[in-house]
Amino acid sequence: MLIRKAPEIRYSEVTPKQVYLNRRRFLAGAAGLALAKGEAAGAKLENLRKSEFSTNEPMTPYKDVTTYNNFYEFGTGKADPARNATKFQTEPWQLKVEGHCNNPKTYDTDSLRRLAPLEERIYRMRCVEGWSMVIPWIGYPLAALLKQAEPTDKAKYVAFESYYESRQMPRGRYAGIDLPYREGLRLDEAMHPLTLLCFGLYGDVLPNQNGAPVRLVVPWKYGFKSIKSLVKIRLADKQPSTTWSISNPREYGFYSNVNPQVDHPRWSQASERRIGEFFKRKTLMFNGYGEHVAPLYDGLDLKKNY
Amino acid sequence: MASLLRSRWLKPVVFLLCLLPLGLLILRGFQGELGANPIEYITHATGDWTMRFLLITLSITPVRRIAKQPDLIRFRRMLGLFSFFYGCLHLMTWMWLDKFFDPGEMWADVVKRRFITAGMVGFVAMIPLAFTSTRGWIRRLGGRNWQRLHRLIYVSAAAGVVHYYWLVKSDIRLPALYAGILAILLLLRAPFARRQAAVRAGTASG
Ligand code: HEM
Repeated sequence: MLIRKAPEIRYSEVTPKQVYLNRRRFLAGAAGLALAKGEAAGAKLENLRKSEFSTNEPMTPYKDVTTYNNFYEFGTGKADPARNATKFQTEPWQLKVEGHCNNPKTYDTDSLRRLAPLEERIYRMRCVEGWSMVIPWIGYPLAALLKQAEPTDKAKYVAFESYYESRQMPRGRYAGIDLPYREGLRLDEAMHPLTLLCFGLYGDVLPNQNGAPVRLVVPWKYGFKSIKSLVKIRLADKQPSTTWSISNPREYGFYSNVNPQVDHPRWSQASERRIGEFFKRKTLMFNGYGEHVAPLYDGLDLKKNY
Repeated sequence: MASLLRSRWLKPVVFLLCLLPLGLLILRGFQGELGANPIEYITHATGDWTMRFLLITLSITPVRRIAKQPDLIRFRRMLGLFSFFYGCLHLMTWMWLDKFFDPGEMWADVVKRRFITAGMVGFVAMIPLAFTSTRGWIRRLGGRNWQRLHRLIYVSAAAGVVHYYWLVKSDIRLPALYAGILAILLLLRAPFARRQAAVRAGTASG
């Protein structure tokens, strides 16, 4: 059931992507921008393994995935990040792993990417605002990195932090949220095989607006948990505070599992609009990943722990 | 300037200008330029123009007085009705494309989501104004009563601003801008309203 056609065939169905990329390359060239070597828009990631976690639902077109983003460091409009992140410098990059672990370490993008075999994971992504996409991410389970760090017994949570630098991200000042952006997971959630450390999408490295060069993807939680442009991973003994729950604790909790029964004060979570579709569809518990993740929450009141 | 404002041709021109935002929206729709989430785009565009036309309508009286261009009054009713027109499109977008006319869901939203409640207050307050916007109704109600009723536009504009403020997630710059403009428009009226009240008290006429 989870076996898919070869990805090459499916990508070729999405022709607009190549046209779009070429145009972007052309524009970048015309503007005289020197794209970092090897990290040019559309640099390929090769030898991808397939994953049985992938869905075979139709994928959201590349153009929509890369022009409709919430990345407040580059502006609060959905189209802002694609426009404002073009010059975002992601090389050199450092990701620090620290906290309650025996093996703290700082990685550059290259060594990080080589840590485990890259897989393609086609996941549903459900935004708290009531829309969703299907995206072919590329990465490996975050667990691979965390195992390297060797968490100690004290480590119960993982805290994540995004890059923030006001000269690269001048619009961050108007985001209305505390930056750098912070997120968190329980250690068992972070170690779950579905939790992806992500380096690319649609066969290429991550476009800047999607959280280059490395981000998190947690498909059973609302999209804002999938933090972008990661610079810090800290193993923690206490539940870390997270950006949206600091900004508005009544509306955003620590868990933020996709849950059609727990209403958000602003948006009904019972249904969602898949980008590209006219009619709304019912939202699934845990975004349809319940068979894998429901046991993580045995005995937990999900209405209280939203 | 004054003769231009009185020109027969200006009214149809302004009318067409007021239709321009809708025309552009339709054009972009046909070109597939409404982005990844066209329904959200339409909701936002129509909401923006409802708010803007409310503020433009409210600016007629103070601008008339300050710029000494009494003929501007010719356009007030039309601008107000355009605000109502975009408000109807905005509401219809929500009723149809968001709620698919499900009465239960719509009611639940109106009572549960405060930003929808505020929007509804703003819209409902516009209905009697649109309905009584004709000369016949001014006569029937009498100038004073008609004027009093039409102060509901302040309720509408304030509710619109609150609606916007409550719906943004964190970036409050635009609702704050609209709130600021509304505050200035109200302040500009204050001295005039006081003078009018004094005149009324003095002459004791209706
Ligand atoms: C005086 C009446 C109203 C005004 C002035 C108004 C104005 C606005 C404005 C300015 C926006 C934001 C547009 C943007 O972000 O660019 C908006 C969004 C919206 N309005 Fe209204 N509105 C009114 C009434 C209503 C009513 C009656 C409803 C529905 C019952 C409604 C539902 C919405 C929805 C669903 C959104 C989008 C919310 C989101 O994106 O999360 N509005 N409106």
